[in-house]
Amino acid sequence: MSQQIIFFILAAVILTSAIAVVTLRNLFHAALALMVSFLGVAGIYILLEAAFLGMAQLLVYIGAISILIIFAIMMTRRLMQTSESPFNAQAIAALIGSLIVLVIMAVVVARLYPLTPSTDSMFASATTVDPVILESSVARMGRAFVSADAYVLPFEIASVLLLAALVGSIIIAWPRSGEEDNL
Amino acid sequence: MIPLSWYLLLSAALFAVGLYGVLARRNAIAILMGVELMLNAVNINLIAFWRYLTPDRSVGLVWATFVLTVAAAEAAVGLALVISVYRNRDSVIAEELDTMKN
Repeated sequence: MSQQIIFFILAAVILTSAIAVVTLRNLFHAALALMVSFLGVAGIYILLEAAFLGMAQLLVYIGAISILIIFAIMMTRRLMQTSESPFNAQAIAALIGSLIVLVIMAVVVARLYPLTPSTDSMFASATTVDPVILESSVARMGRAFVSADAYVLPFEIASVLLLAALVGSIIIAWPRSGEEDNL
Repeated sequence: MIPLSWYLLLSAALFAVGLYGVLARRNAIAILMGVELMLNAVNINLIAFWRYLTPDRSVGLVWATFVLTVAAAEAAVGLALVISVYRNRDSVIAEELDTMKN
């Protein structure tokens, strides 16, 4: 029961701040709402007993991506004037399209999985797992990342991807020669 | 005692909100923020299925970590592009970036 209350609080926080992200005029306020939304998602991970992912969410999303976004907003600050509409001409069509996507996904979920909590099936409430299994999940994940019969190749490719993104974003954002004065 | 469907519905709602942000906002940085919301929704789905179906295996956690990694790379490159475009064209409004139109 207390888990359900926590879930509803987290869901309310996530959805309210997500709606604020897409509707607020002031982009800086939207970025702050985005941080709140990320925090709520980290709480959901911890509620799902994936504490490592929750911490990674805190570090990567709130610590890095949000700060990056705020930096980008500040570097393009002159365009933050709040007089004109933040939405483009197709905002209403976009709202209808998003609602259709939401309804389709909700109908599919409602038809496939039970909506009320009960102990009848594994989908109606999470099966109780031996706490040792959950506690060792991070160790198992670490081994899976580096064992040859699991995910070592995707792991190394992810390292290369991060390096490429690092170098690429520096190259892209580097001012061309003679342009430094305008910064 | 939380059914799996609640997490899936939350994730669907978050995805729809992010989709609206991507489709309706004019500012390129706001569009990127919508993409981040959608990636978060996907990750909630992955972790929920991991917890309910295969908590004794690591595949769900591993994949969610990869999504996190790719999201970080995407944000870095995307924001670098936005800054580069701003420097060249003095605008981050997506509609005004129409050099390749026609």
